[in-house]
Amino acid sequence: MIAEYGAFALIMALVSASGLTLLPMWGSFSGNGSAMNSAKPLATALFLFAAISFGFLVAAFLQDDFSLVVVANNSNSLLPWFYKFSAVWGNHEGSMLLWVLVLCAWTFAVALFSSELPQVLYARVLSIMGLIGVGFIAFSLFTSNPFARNLPDIPADGRDLNPLLQDPGLIIHPPILYMGYVGFSVAFAFAIAALLGGRLDAAWARWSRPWTNAAWAFLTLGIMLGSWWAYYELGWGGWWFWDPVENASFMPWLAGTALVHSLAVTEKRGVFKSWTVLLAIASFSLSLLGTFLVRSGVLTSVHAFAADPERGLFILVFLLIVVGGSLVLYALRAPAVNSGIRNAWLSRETLLLFNNVVFLVATLTVLFGTLFPLLMDALGQGKYSVGPPYFNAVFVPLMALLIPIMGIGPFTRWRQDDAGRWTKYLAVSAASALAAGLALPFLGQGFNLWVALSVLLAVWIVGGLVIDLHLKKSGAQSWSLVFGRQTASYWGMVLAHFGFAMCVISVVVVTQWNVEKDLRMAPGDSAELSGYRFDFHGSGSITGANYRGDEGVFTVYYQGQRLTELRPQKRQYLASGQVMTEAAIDAGFTRDLYVALGEALGKDGAWSVRLHYKPLVRWMWIGATLMGFGAFITLADRRYRRAKAHLRQGREALTYG
Amino acid sequence: MGRLFLFVPVAIFIGLAGLLYRGLSLDPTQLPSALIDRELPEFNLRKLGTQDYIVRDNILGRVSLLNVWGTWCPTCVAEHPYLMKLAAEGVPIIGLNYKDEDTKALGWLVRLGDPYSVNITDPNGDFGLDLGVYGAPETYVIDAQGVIRYRHVGEVNQRTWSGELGQAYRELIE
Repeated sequence: MIAEYGAFALIMALVSASGLTLLPMWGSFSGNGSAMNSAKPLATALFLFAAISFGFLVAAFLQDDFSLVVVANNSNSLLPWFYKFSAVWGNHEGSMLLWVLVLCAWTFAVALFSSELPQVLYARVLSIMGLIGVGFIAFSLFTSNPFARNLPDIPADGRDLNPLLQDPGLIIHPPILYMGYVGFSVAFAFAIAALLGGRLDAAWARWSRPWTNAAWAFLTLGIMLGSWWAYYELGWGGWWFWDPVENASFMPWLAGTALVHSLAVTEKRGVFKSWTVLLAIASFSLSLLGTFLVRSGVLTSVHAFAADPERGLFILVFLLIVVGGSLVLYALRAPAVNSGIRNAWLSRETLLLFNNVVFLVATLTVLFGTLFPLLMDALGQGKYSVGPPYFNAVFVPLMALLIPIMGIGPFTRWRQDDAGRWTKYLAVSAASALAAGLALPFLGQGFNLWVALSVLLAVWIVGGLVIDLHLKKSGAQSWSLVFGRQTASYWGMVLAHFGFAMCVISVVVVTQWNVEKDLRMAPGDSAELSGYRFDFHGSGSITGANYRGDEGVFTVYYQGQRLTELRPQKRQYLASGQVMTEAAIDAGFTRDLYVALGEALGKDGAWSVRLHYKPLVRWMWIGATLMGFGAFITLADRRYRRAKAHLRQGREALTYG
Repeated sequence: MGRLFLFVPVAIFIGLAGLLYRGLSLDPTQLPSALIDRELPEFNLRKLGTQDYIVRDNILGRVSLLNVWGTWCPTCVAEHPYLMKLAAEGVPIIGLNYKDEDTKALGWLVRLGDPYSVNITDPNGDFGLDLGVYGAPETYVIDAQGVIRYRHVGEVNQRTWSGELGQAYRELIE
């Protein structure tokens, strides 16, 4: 009965979402207060039903209920319980239900934490969230029902979860990523509600900012986890592949990054309104587009779920309604460009506009590269694949353009700034960046132009943050006073920019200085790599809960000292017969050592072995984590809690008429 | 003027939606082989489970399928019963045991049945590279002169056999 309860709860969720879409929206236009007030209980019901439905699917997986098609296809009785749990979202149907659950959770969170909003705005925001909910719950129910049964022939055991997904990283990566993806729906709902009301003002920006920052933080962490998983699980040490599905999560991130910055301008200065609204629509639209690309099978990808044109058509129609509708609304209601205020060339507005342009161009180039194979195919020009060379060629220069501005932005004043105020500090920053760029590469493998440039740019970013603090400490105040006076938003920004600087160095250094060797090693052989010695002692059989395999034993020495032991594995999963490479990694702050077993060669116990030396690779994930945490810290900013003080002003601003 | 400008995003989106709609009816997994209508590359590979070597000329003379498979490939398990059925109907299938081990491959054939007229081994994937193999399973239709006439990526089943793949084979037979 579990499946039927789950399906029933999902139907009830659909009913709640329909009610949430219609009732408060109608109330907001007809001035019916009780209809508007129904938003909160409806949002609560929506969340509860979605959670119950999801809970039943989880129960079906944990109980090995192979009468359910998804369970039979994606789980197995031998699977450890936590992988049975994560198998819930290791497939198309279950991950759609997770998507729905996350969307309902965001809706519920908005309902809980935004009760200070003007009534009309509150009702409309939730109603739009409800509309998105209707789309995705209907998609789940009608095209990819997770509760479909395998009757009457119930399999004795399941086909097992894809071994690639049997990994701790994959337990948390999808939920966090979806929190980010779906989280942009809140910014979207705020934007549409504001367009409907015809009032885009600083208050609107202030209300959407914390939600946007939270979504951006989740998306950053989600992408970071995905990259980290690919690195240790795919067995060849790559961390980003420009795969269509990765791009699908990266495009909303790029647009979202522009949005986060643009919202700052709209909140502080009340300008860029149309632009900010457009970015809010774009960020969520790109999330939807990503869903379409992943689920419809129009592009090939290592991540793609079972392709199905019918599902694709459903999402496409939904895209047309939501994105097309919102863009038409935008065209009709957004304030026309050139709303009067001209910015001085040297002002924080102008620099943030530059940031926005760079991120928008980056988004479009990634979009173009991702869709290019589809475009050529549609035009009958044959099959193409667009790979890392294109993306690197367009993306790296864009980021290099961005960073010089990033080193000035934080301390530039709004409206108009006078460069004379900080030119001498900037000279110091430039000199130290140059010196660091020239000197630091010698700590690694000697001078390398690209590494030098990356260090220079990263130090320049950090230099900008230091100058900012220095300027804030005008006169003889004590540092503790200066530190204490800064807002949470400010520290979040500092942390995020610092994290970005770490990523810049890491990406360049690991690309330039990665050393790898593929070689044949028999027991007793040893190999040298970047000063590390790897002794191979042979391999033995291992048995896991649901796999058998071989494990190699390596001891690593550095300058004659025994450093660590590494045990890479080659596993064969019992249910599917699939072979997996489990790399062994000695992680470090300055470098990772990475050993993966290839194939067994001959009878003397020899293996083909892949050794990697990856300098600073960890900085990428540390940096991205700092960026994510930085965005979370901004949520603690007191000004988002003072919503009540602005309430009266907001009410006046949003009375409709 | 300014208002008109605001319609740009929706115009771009409509173009994009048109492209996506077109994309739904295209199949990205349908990969034309660079070798279509070209001769099967020369090879000299060991026959599975023996020390005999087989060259290209040994397998010519009749229309046949060349099926790339491996015991490590889950989809190969799925398509195996259909290959058995085709073999029973008299379709000659040449197996290319790709990046696999003899003992495992022989065990598989004992367990699941052997639909292949002959199996050649490509343990390191060298011939697969010449052939442009994208992943297993793949099935090529080869005419009596050894010219590759069709390439199918993915599972052979009732649907694909009544579709283009089977079509290509049936046309050659007539």
